[in-house]
Amino acid sequence: MKQLYQKTVCFALLLLLGNVALMAQGTVSGKVTDEHDGSVLPGVTVVVKNSALGTQTDETGKYSLSNVPAGATLVFSFVGKLVKEVAVGTESVIHVTLADNSKELSEVVVIGYGTQKKQELTGSITSISSKDFQQGNIQSPEQLIVGKVAGVSITSNNGQPGSGSTIRIRGGASLNASNDPLIVIDGVPLSGSSLSGAPNPLSLINPNDIETFTVLKDASATAIYGSRASNGVILITTKKGQSGTPVINFNSQLAVSKIIKTVDALSADEFRTYVETNGTDAQKALLGSAKTNWQDEIYRTGISTDNNLSISGALKSMPYRVSLGYLLQNGILITDKMQRPSASINISPRFFNKHLKIDLNLKGAQTKSHFANQGAIINAVQFDPTQAVMDESSPFGGYFEWVTKDDAGKATLNPNAPRNPVALIRQQDNNGTVNRSFGNAQFDYKFHFLPDLHANLNLGYDISKGSGTTFVPEYAAQNFTTKGQNNKYLQKVNNKVAEFYLSYAKDLKSIKSNVSATAGYGYYNNATKNYFYPNFSANGEIVEGSQPKFAYDIPENTLISYYGRLIYTFDDKYILAGSIRTDGSSRFSPANRWGVFPSVAFTWRINREDFMKPVSALTDLKLRLSYGITGNQDGIANYSYLGIYSVSSNASQYQFGNTFYNMTAPAAYDQNIKWEQTATANAGLDFGFFNNRLSGSLDVYYKKTKNLLNTVPIPIGSNFSNQILTNVGNIENKGVEFAVNGTPIAAGKLSWNVGFNVTYNNNKITNLTAVSDPEFAGNQTGGITGGTGQSIQIHSVNYNTFSYYVFKQVYDQDGKPLENVYADLNGDGVINQKDQYRYKSPFPKVMLGFNTQLTYDKWSLSTILRANIGNYMYNNVASNFGVRRNILNPNNILGNSTKDIYNTNFFNNRYQSDYYIQNASFLRMDNVGIGYNAGRVLGNRMNLRINATCQNVFVVTKYKGLDPEINGGIDYNLYPRPRTFVLGLNLDF
Amino acid sequence: MKFLYKTLLCSALVAGGAVSCTKDLDLSPTNSITSDIAYKTPADYKQVLAKVYGSFALAGNNGINASDLAGIDPGQADFLRLFWNAQELTTDEAACVWNDPGIPDFHNLNWTAGNVLLSALYNRSLFHVTVCNEFIRESSDEKLAGRGISGQEAEEIRRYRAEAQFLRAFQYWVLMDLFGNPPFVTEKDPIGKYIPPQIKRADLFAYVESELKTAEATLAEPRKNEYGRVDKAASWALLARLYLNAEVYLGKGQGRYNEAITYSEKVIKSGYSLMPEYRHLFLGDNDVDNPEVLLSINYDGIKTQNNGGTTFIINAGINAAMNPSSFGIPNGGWGGNRATKNLPLRFGDYSGKKDKRAMFFGQKIEMEDPSVFTDGLAITKFRNVTRSGAIVPSSGNSFSSVDFPLFRLAEMYLTYAEAVKRGGTGGNEATAITYFNKLRERAYGNASGNVTSITLNDVLDERGREFYWEAHRRTDLVRYGLLTSGSYLWPWKGGVKDGRGVSESFNLFPIPATDLIANPNLQQNP
Repeated sequence: MKQLYQKTVCFALLLLLGNVALMAQGTVSGKVTDEHDGSVLPGVTVVVKNSALGTQTDETGKYSLSNVPAGATLVFSFVGKLVKEVAVGTESVIHVTLADNSKELSEVVVIGYGTQKKQELTGSITSISSKDFQQGNIQSPEQLIVGKVAGVSITSNNGQPGSGSTIRIRGGASLNASNDPLIVIDGVPLSGSSLSGAPNPLSLINPNDIETFTVLKDASATAIYGSRASNGVILITTKKGQSGTPVINFNSQLAVSKIIKTVDALSADEFRTYVETNGTDAQKALLGSAKTNWQDEIYRTGISTDNNLSISGALKSMPYRVSLGYLLQNGILITDKMQRPSASINISPRFFNKHLKIDLNLKGAQTKSHFANQGAIINAVQFDPTQAVMDESSPFGGYFEWVTKDDAGKATLNPNAPRNPVALIRQQDNNGTVNRSFGNAQFDYKFHFLPDLHANLNLGYDISKGSGTTFVPEYAAQNFTTKGQNNKYLQKVNNKVAEFYLSYAKDLKSIKSNVSATAGYGYYNNATKNYFYPNFSANGEIVEGSQPKFAYDIPENTLISYYGRLIYTFDDKYILAGSIRTDGSSRFSPANRWGVFPSVAFTWRINREDFMKPVSALTDLKLRLSYGITGNQDGIANYSYLGIYSVSSNASQYQFGNTFYNMTAPAAYDQNIKWEQTATANAGLDFGFFNNRLSGSLDVYYKKTKNLLNTVPIPIGSNFSNQILTNVGNIENKGVEFAVNGTPIAAGKLSWNVGFNVTYNNNKITNLTAVSDPEFAGNQTGGITGGTGQSIQIHSVNYNTFSYYVFKQVYDQDGKPLENVYADLNGDGVINQKDQYRYKSPFPKVMLGFNTQLTYDKWSLSTILRANIGNYMYNNVASNFGVRRNILNPNNILGNSTKDIYNTNFFNNRYQSDYYIQNASFLRMDNVGIGYNAGRVLGNRMNLRINATCQNVFVVTKYKGLDPEINGGIDYNLYPRPRTFVLGLNLDF
Repeated sequence: MKFLYKTLLCSALVAGGAVSCTKDLDLSPTNSITSDIAYKTPADYKQVLAKVYGSFALAGNNGINASDLAGIDPGQADFLRLFWNAQELTTDEAACVWNDPGIPDFHNLNWTAGNVLLSALYNRSLFHVTVCNEFIRESSDEKLAGRGISGQEAEEIRRYRAEAQFLRAFQYWVLMDLFGNPPFVTEKDPIGKYIPPQIKRADLFAYVESELKTAEATLAEPRKNEYGRVDKAASWALLARLYLNAEVYLGKGQGRYNEAITYSEKVIKSGYSLMPEYRHLFLGDNDVDNPEVLLSINYDGIKTQNNGGTTFIINAGINAAMNPSSFGIPNGGWGGNRATKNLPLRFGDYSGKKDKRAMFFGQKIEMEDPSVFTDGLAITKFRNVTRSGAIVPSSGNSFSSVDFPLFRLAEMYLTYAEAVKRGGTGGNEATAITYFNKLRERAYGNASGNVTSITLNDVLDERGREFYWEAHRRTDLVRYGLLTSGSYLWPWKGGVKDGRGVSESFNLFPIPATDLIANPNLQQNP
């Protein structure tokens, strides 16, 4: 507090001095040169401190300022250079040299098990720090970098509070194993498993605690993570304490979310007209008299608040940071709510004359969620709009439901009818709580006798407990058969990480070389304990047959690793890096357990060459070449190599005589299952001009995955299933990434930053079967809703993964689809499954990201836009509801349709028509915001910033459904992404 | 703390270039077991035997939402539901209003090798074969000796083994009857990287025949086994069924009617007798005091739950307007299957007042609109209630406890009669008429429905009245050459209102495309 007081006094004095200096005036001129090589610097901003007076240097580096008050201070600033302040005094000619901003030039980037200077990176790595994060109401950390990194696609799963995102780095490398990147927080890899009771595991991390995101893309960068690196690696570092005076930060946000668009179901009037025109008398009799917009009934405006307080400073010489956060989020689906109190502590003590550094990070968070029944979303689309929400005579809590009355007038629920959407939500009380704590202690010891050698021990843990209850009253239609529901669940996760490595770095000046070597060991254990409970009716009675056979299960896996890396730099120009990792996984049999994952990379810093010296505008030019092999074993079952028998549940017994026996059944397995391997070759060029005022990078890559972990059909009779997870098939991904960032204007109070990135990625399956078989159509995937067991996508050789597999629709002269008329593609005169073809895929060929920020004095305006091109979507909402048979339903009910029925006039569902595969390319404005930096306020006690942001501003697309951005490319039951208006304030003390 | 210590120790060892700490990588599941434990004691064998039987009752091991097989919704993945659809929806006995993939193809007689329900049935039958193979492998004399099981206990397990042999033969009969030339795997083939060869229908006939005759010696005497398990009579009944259809499997002129007579008579004289009241055969308590059923698929609304089996037959056959409580499923009624008019009309008076087997509901016998459940009469034969009318309790009040009769004595009477009419020797017309009239007398409650002579077609019609909705009809129509022909029609046969003949190739289902792709040894049926 004393320090704070001193700071305030000093600042006040300075202001006072500035005012005094306004007395005398004169002209000052001079020349600005580069301290590094003496070259002139054009475009340097020169201003008189604390005034509006200023100019820029001309092409020869000269400037001239008149009316300079005596005793004034000139401030010289230029991108990439340290700001220099010169007191004018009595001088009229002042020449200035500007030094490189060494902090910027020697920017250090986090890499696996260490750091590297940005200039010397050998891998394809993009780092985004907190100042460049997405603004607004960010609930889950990955949302901070949406649209910011070339080659990285982050798609929020839906609009549910705290819902997660699907992250893909350079497309997916796998079919059935995980395609999620490895996420490493402060050196501790997360297990990637989901948590019961939490919308997504990352949602338990407060985004405000995050300092940087570093995305590792090519094998040179990722191979040190070996078997978990095929899908890329994201390194997250959290904010740490900093020495110096304590800094207190408080920020507060108020967010208002509103639904933008609902599914275009028929209105009550349209619906009534349709039934009156086309229905039978019995069907007309089913019409109600209300006009209910069911979607309006289940959505609301969601109000959310987010408050965060952090203090960072040093206690004696020990830096610390403490933060507290409280997020309260109300979803747009009625009753949906999430609260997240969180806390984090970091301390970084140093011992033994700074030879031993300890970093201690502890984070804790709780999410308490009330989950609204999301089944209501699709029921609101399909529910008869002529029925009222409530029905006085209804025995189901007063809600209208489809019933059949017998002769005695007793109402029986129609088992084939959809349930009242409002009742689905209002009559279900589903609460989940997750407590999570994770943290690590990292010890870095610099040897006393050999300071070039470090020993680093990192111990991490991640424990959580998820529990929850679901209650449905006895009279509710949704669980009528079990007389309501009163169920609970409990899950405990216990993940442990230990890593130890030695690193050695030495400058060998005599031979112009630098050597850096790292070797280490890692141990990772993930165990989850899932408890099993019977199902209960609302009154607490056990639903018969639901008693679990076992009290709990503990799925567990362990990974043990050894790794090493060597980086050799010659003359600051040529860098050769190699890494190797060997991983042993408990998921594979001892014979296949160990995988070896090497990488090699070469970097040439071209701008360091003498022949490039004359090109003064060039700050940085670097060529990167890399090749490496990574692996994948995540996302598959823990014990799939073991031939095991399991005992059946109590609802699945078989009767002999008068006794029921639990069944012991064998399971299908492949004892030879092993690692999936991805080889990646990457060539990249990094460039920077005008002191990095314009910088960027271009990467081309080729990724080939072999021994795909792939669920494939097997000859029936050869194992205990018709499908098995085995290693078969290859996929390749090819792509180009380009990113550029620039500052077109940096003149005094005005500055303008622009960032743009573009990604092209195309994948192709090159092999799917052990033996080549041209007749093999492929593996069907992508289950859709409607009927049962239907899928719409296929993995086929020479096509994109997840290509749609459909019939080619035939249209009439007016462009209307002809029902059940498809093209005879193979020309055999018969329309059958041989006429299905592969049409488009859900993955964009091109992704574009654009962000810009315009700052003038205290104001700033920023926006982020994103576009995906070439991605297609299966409109399952239209294919499932947009048919006459859904309105005039044979189940003795009426059901609503989408307006698409006016176009198709289909009688029956035609799920497999390519009519429903629609272009979902889009341009989305993620964010537009305005900020005002009020500077010191409240008697100079604090710095105030205010901002207003609109998120999810607009989407431009041809797609006919609700939202063109849905993971997996199948549109059904999407929790709509709202538009959110956020007002925020930020105070620094 | 132990963990920390271990890490440090391992790290130190690594640093010192010493051995690795890798035994932590040997993990095993908490609740599952390896084969050695699964077959440790005779009691363990019996739990595996439960799966050997349960494989045709349930789709999977973990409740109604689990399935042993992929590519099909678990609610539809059980044997009986799939078999029933293939045997009934393809005929005059049933048409379904649902539009689920694969369903309309059946009654339209226009299925393809891509039909998901056919591949699911084929997979299910071969999965059942594979489960039987595993049990037979694990219960060999050497394995039993190796596990220290001997004497009476070993004898008991040998009997289980013969029952597994029977069930495997039954599924091969299903595959032979429906798909003709399926892949062929036995206990001698390995689990894993193995591509089963295809077997010709005639070779499979010989295999099923010899397997049943081998197993017979070890099976329990008729009516001496536990309820739900196979005895010699069940084995003879399958042989009789096999022989009756031999001309279909082996070709014209290759009939085995003499043996059909021999084996049906063995069953008839084995001590089984008709259930006094026909309707009691299809009720929720048909597992007690049932002298007629030779082998059933057993269900229980609490302990053996699924959405297939008799739960499917009952629920799909009624809708909510039919008072589901009276069918023992107060929360059920899916409104899917009902009969074409050919079935009620076969009774003449189908009110049930004369022939009590006629159990129909509804007003409209004509099926004008194939998607309207009330077009055509509903069937009320299967009910999840006791003989006294009480609802048999079930989880959620929608599952059935009715056991499905896979083989019952009545079939043997009509098998005898038909084999005699088809020229088999060893039997006689008079006995055939007596057997025929036994069923008529039970149906009418007196001799008023008795006949004095029968034709071959009378036997088919009697089978239609006696076994409707018991998954016999397609096999019967194929044997009589009427499934695809234009000479016998029913509403919406071949997808047109008045019915039409279709290509003879529809007498056999195609080998599913999924397995043609996965198994390069397979050739499509002609």
